[in-house]
Amino acid sequence: MVPILSGRIQTRLFLLALVGALVTALITPVLPGDPGYRATFAVLAAVAALGVGWEVLYHGLMQFRWEKDWPSLFGLLTVVPEGALLWVLLRLELVPGAGGATFAGFAVHFGVVWLVVWLVANGPMRVPFLRWRFRGGRIG
Amino acid sequence: MDTPAGDLTPALLNAALWTDGMLADAGIPVSDVPFVSVGGGIGSFVLVDYLRIAGVPADQIRVLSNIDHPWQTYEYLTRVSQIPRTQRIRSDSSSRPDNIWGFPSYALSEAWRDRSLRHLAQVLTEPIFSDYWTPRAGTVFAGLERESARIGYPSMLVKGAVRLVRRREGGGYFTILTPPAGSPTKRVAYRSTYVHLAVGYPGLRFLPDLQEFREKYRDHEHVVNAYEPHEHVYEFLKTRPGTVVVRGGGIVASRVLQRLMDDRAAFGLQTRIVHLFRTFVTGTHGSGVFMRRRGGHGWAYQGFNYPKSVWGGQLKAQMRKLDGEERAALYKRMGGTNTPKRGHWQRQMAAGRAAGWYEAMQGTVEKVEPAPHGQLASTVDGRVIRSHFVIDCTGLEADISEHRVLADLLEHSGAGRNPLGRLEVERHFEVKGTASGDGALYASGATTLGGYFPGVDTFLGLQVAAQEIADDLARRGWCARIGPVRSTSQWFRWLLGRPV
Repeated sequence: MVPILSGRIQTRLFLLALVGALVTALITPVLPGDPGYRATFAVLAAVAALGVGWEVLYHGLMQFRWEKDWPSLFGLLTVVPEGALLWVLLRLELVPGAGGATFAGFAVHFGVVWLVVWLVANGPMRVPFLRWRFRGGRIG
Repeated sequence: MDTPAGDLTPALLNAALWTDGMLADAGIPVSDVPFVSVGGGIGSFVLVDYLRIAGVPADQIRVLSNIDHPWQTYEYLTRVSQIPRTQRIRSDSSSRPDNIWGFPSYALSEAWRDRSLRHLAQVLTEPIFSDYWTPRAGTVFAGLERESARIGYPSMLVKGAVRLVRRREGGGYFTILTPPAGSPTKRVAYRSTYVHLAVGYPGLRFLPDLQEFREKYRDHEHVVNAYEPHEHVYEFLKTRPGTVVVRGGGIVASRVLQRLMDDRAAFGLQTRIVHLFRTFVTGTHGSGVFMRRRGGHGWAYQGFNYPKSVWGGQLKAQMRKLDGEERAALYKRMGGTNTPKRGHWQRQMAAGRAAGWYEAMQGTVEKVEPAPHGQLASTVDGRVIRSHFVIDCTGLEADISEHRVLADLLEHSGAGRNPLGRLEVERHFEVKGTASGDGALYASGATTLGGYFPGVDTFLGLQVAAQEIADDLARRGWCARIGPVRSTSQWFRWLLGRPV
C-alpha cells in the first residue's frame, strides 16, 4: 500500500484499535514489570494520538521521494523514533494513566504491537479490505 | 444486394444505432449474454476474475478473443523482448493478476515454496538496500493458468476476431464476431447489456528513419524492433564479431543490452554496442526538490514503469481530479522513458564502458542506409556510425485508430480521445459518450492511457480498473459488491484452490 495522508492516519488508527488492542489485551498479563491494563492501554492510546502527528511528518518527508511511496522498511524502522519519544514522555509522566512503566515492559509491549501491526498492514489487511491498497490506505 | 447472407451490410455499417430487426434482415445470428469482454488478454482475465469472485455465474460472461489463453500475447512479447519464463519481469511482488488481493505476494509464495527467507529479506529492504524484488515470468503464467482453471475461464472463451461494437436501440450493445474459418456463418452477433474492451496495444510503430529504411530497402533483417522476433541477431553475433546499435532508454533497451552482454560473457564474443539515447540523462533530474528522479549514463531510473504512488497513493489521488491540459501536464511531469537501476545491469555496463566495447551517446538519427560488407550506416548528428544491426527499443505505439474496433467506436459510437490521444474513460472506466440505455461500455488497459488513472497498462492497473468496473456494475445492480466477508471467504477459496 502506498499511502496518502488521510489513508495513513485512518490505517494507523484502525489497526491500533483492532490489532493493537487485541495484542495489548493478550500480552499485558505477561509483560515484565506487571504494568496492568490501564497502563498498557494508555500507552496504546498515546501511540495513536502521537501517531497522527508522526504521520503528518512522514507524509512531508515522503514528498522528497520521486515515487511518493513509503517503503515497507520505513514502516518498520520508524519504531525507533516513535518508541524513543514515547519513552521520554512516559519518563516525564506526560502520558496520562501510564505511570510506573518499566523500560522492559514498555519495550516489549510497544515492540510487539508495532511488529504485529506492521505485518498486518503489509499483507493480511488486503484480504477483507479489497479496496484499501488502491485508495491510499483509506478504509471507508 | 451483393453482401452474402450473414455478413455485415452497408446499412448496418452506416448506422450508429442498430435494431434487432436489422441483424435479422442481414441474417446474422444473435447470441444473448449480459456481459461481453473483448480482447481475451490479461485485461479481460483480471476483470472476469473479479466478476466471478463477486459471484457472477460463468454463463453470464463471454470473452471474445483470438488467443487461447490470457497470457499468450504477453508471453510472446516478453519472450521476444528477451524475458524468457525463467527471467524476472518488471513488476511488483504484490501485483498479481491471478490474485485480486495481492496477498500472498509473489515473494511470499516463492519464499514458502523454496522454504527460504531470502526473497522476503529482499522485499523488506527494497528499494533502499536492494533492487526491487520482481517475479519470474514463468511464475506469473503458472499462476494465471491455475486461476483460469479455478474460475472456469475456458468455458467463457469464444474464439474469433471482433470486428466492431455498436449501440443497440433499446439499450445495450451488439458485438460482431468473425468466428474461425469453418464456422456455419460469416459473423455472429453478441447482444449484451455490458461490453468491456481490453484490446491491448493497437500495434507497434517504428521510428520514422527506421520505417523509411525498411520500406526503401525492403530489409527487415538488419533493422529490427525489439518486440518482434530477432533471435537471428544474437545468432549472427555468435558466429563473428559485430557491432549493434541499440536505440532507446527504457526497460526493453536494458533487456536487449543484457542479452548482448550475457552472450558476450558466456560465449567470449567480441560484440561492440553503440547505444543511442534521444534524451541523455546525466544525473538526478526533475523540476524541483519534490520532483527529482535519479539517473545517469543516459538512463532515467525508476523501479517500475510508473512512480509507485500511481497505483493507490498520492499520484493516483491527484490525477483523479484533473482534466484536459492539467492532466496532460501531470502525465508529462511523471513520464519519460525510464528503466530500473539493477545491480547486474550496472556492473555489465560499467565493465563495457571501461573496456570500450559499450558506448552510450546522445543523438538524433537523421538516416540509416546500407553500407558495404552487409553493414548499416546510421547518420547521427553528422557523425556516421557503422553497425551490423540496429535494434529499435523505443517501443513507439501506434495510434488507437489503428485498431479496427476502436476506430469504429470513435467514428460511430460517440467515443472520444483523452488528453494523450487515447480513449477517454470515466473514473470508473466507462467509455465517455457511449452509454446506451441501461447498458454501459467499459475499457481498460493501454487503450485508456491518459485517463483519470495512470498506470493502466500494468498488472496492478488492470486490477484497479477491474475493481472500478466491478463496483460500477454493482451500483447498477448487475452483480454484488464484494464486501469484507465475501472478500475474506473468497480469499480462503483461492488459497485452497477451490472453485469460486
